[in-house]
Amino acid sequence: MQPYRNKDYAQHLLDRLRQEAVRPLSAMEVCGTHTVAIARSGLRELLPENIRLISGPGCPVCVTDDLDLDIVIALAQQPGIVMATFGDMMRVPGTQSSLLEAKSRGADVRVVYSPTDAVDLAAEHPDKQVVFLAVGFETTIPTIAVAVEQAVQQGLRNFSIFSLHKLVPPVMEALLTDPEVKLDAFINPGHVCTILGTEPFKFIAEKYGKPCVVAGFEAVDIMEALLMILSQYNQGRPAVEIQYKRAVRPEGNPVARAFIDKYFIPVNATWRGIGEVPGSGLALRDEFAHLDAQKRFPITVTPGKRVKNCSCGQVLKGLKLPYECALFGKACTPMKPVGPCMVSTEGSCAAYYRYGAQKVGGTV
Amino acid sequence: MCLAIPSKILSIKGHTAEIDVGGNTKEVNITLTPEAKVGDYVLLHAGFAIHVMDEQAAEEIFDAWEVAYAALQE
Ligand code: SF4
Repeated sequence: MQPYRNKDYAQHLLDRLRQEAVRPLSAMEVCGTHTVAIARSGLRELLPENIRLISGPGCPVCVTDDLDLDIVIALAQQPGIVMATFGDMMRVPGTQSSLLEAKSRGADVRVVYSPTDAVDLAAEHPDKQVVFLAVGFETTIPTIAVAVEQAVQQGLRNFSIFSLHKLVPPVMEALLTDPEVKLDAFINPGHVCTILGTEPFKFIAEKYGKPCVVAGFEAVDIMEALLMILSQYNQGRPAVEIQYKRAVRPEGNPVARAFIDKYFIPVNATWRGIGEVPGSGLALRDEFAHLDAQKRFPITVTPGKRVKNCSCGQVLKGLKLPYECALFGKACTPMKPVGPCMVSTEGSCAAYYRYGAQKVGGTV
Repeated sequence: MCLAIPSKILSIKGHTAEIDVGGNTKEVNITLTPEAKVGDYVLLHAGFAIHVMDEQAAEEIFDAWEVAYAALQE
C-alpha cells in the first residue's frame, strides 16, 4: 500500500463518517491502547461533531484501587518479601505512597516483564517469599495463570500472587447501568477480545441494545469500527461485530480461557473511581489457596484518605475529559502524577498530556 | 500493555519459541497458542504469544502501521 492511497482512504472514511453521523452518538473506547491511538492521531478533533468519543476504564493500572494498593505496599515492606510487578505499577499512588517510594525506603520491589519471570525469581531465591502483583485484564490473566501453573509444577513454596485482576464485561455492564453515564455504543478492546471472542459481550447488544465493535489499534481501524457502529446504530440492529479480524476470532482463544478457568473464580472487585463491581475480579480457586498472597499474608492497613480533586473516577467513566480536571497539567503531570490515569502510558490523562495538551487551549 | 505488532516465529522448542523482533531474536512462551508453527506470526503480550496469524494478516498490519498516522497528521 502506498502512503497516498492510505491518506485517501483515511479521508474517504472521514467523509463517510460525516455522511453517516446523522444524529449524536457517544461511543466509549474501553481500551487504553485505543485511547493512546486516538490521542496520538488527533482523531477526536477530526471526527464529525455528532460523534463523541469518550475514554473508558480500559487501563488495568489506572483502575487499581488505591486502598488495595496500600495493602500491597504494606506487604512489600514486610521483611523477607520480594514484590514482583509490571513496571507500570511502580509509580501508581496509593493513598500514602507508591511501590517506587517503598523501594526507595528499602522494600525489595522488582520489575518483571513477564509473570513467569516472577516464578524464576522465586526459584532463584528460596530464602525469600516472592509475591507477584497480578494486575491485568483478560489479555494478561492467562499469562499469569500459566505462571501459577509453573509454580505448582515446580512445587515452589515461596511463590504467591496478589490478585487484583479485573474483568472487562462486568465493568461495561456497570457503566451501562450507571445513571450518570450516557453511552450509545462501545469500541471493544482489541486484545481482550483476542482472548474472549465476542460471546461474553452479546448481552450488551441483546439486553442493552448497544452496538459493540471490536477495533484494531490504528486510526483507520477505529474509523472503520465507528462506521460499523453507525451502521448498526442507524439501522437499529445492535450486535457484536469484529473490525479487527486479523487478531480476533469470534471464538477468541479457548486455550487461554481454559487456563483462566482452571486457576481462578470471579469475585467482586473495587475499581478506582468506579467502586465495587460484582463479579469483576478474580481470585485463585481454593485448591490453590497456598499461592494466594491475600490469604497467606493477611495484612490490615488503616484506610488512608483518597486523593481529593483527582477526577480519575469521572475520567474512567467518560464523564469528564482529562483536561477538564482542575489538576491536569498543573499539579498533575506524568513526572508528578496525582492520579493513576496520569501514571500509566495508557492512562487517559497521560495520553492527553502527551499528545493533546497543546490542542486544548494551552493548559500546559 | 498490548503490542499490536506481530512477530515471526523462527524456531520452537517445547513451550518456547524464538521470534524475530526487528532483526533481533527473542524468546517467548507459546503455551497459550499451541497451534503456532515456525513461520507463523504471533501477537505478543507479557512475554507470551496470545494469537497466531498467517503472513498475509501480518502484512496487512505492517502496512496499516507504517502509513496510517502519517496520513492523518497532514
Ligand atoms: S489529571 Fe491527574 S488528578 Fe486529574 S483526573 Fe487525571 S490523573 Fe487524576
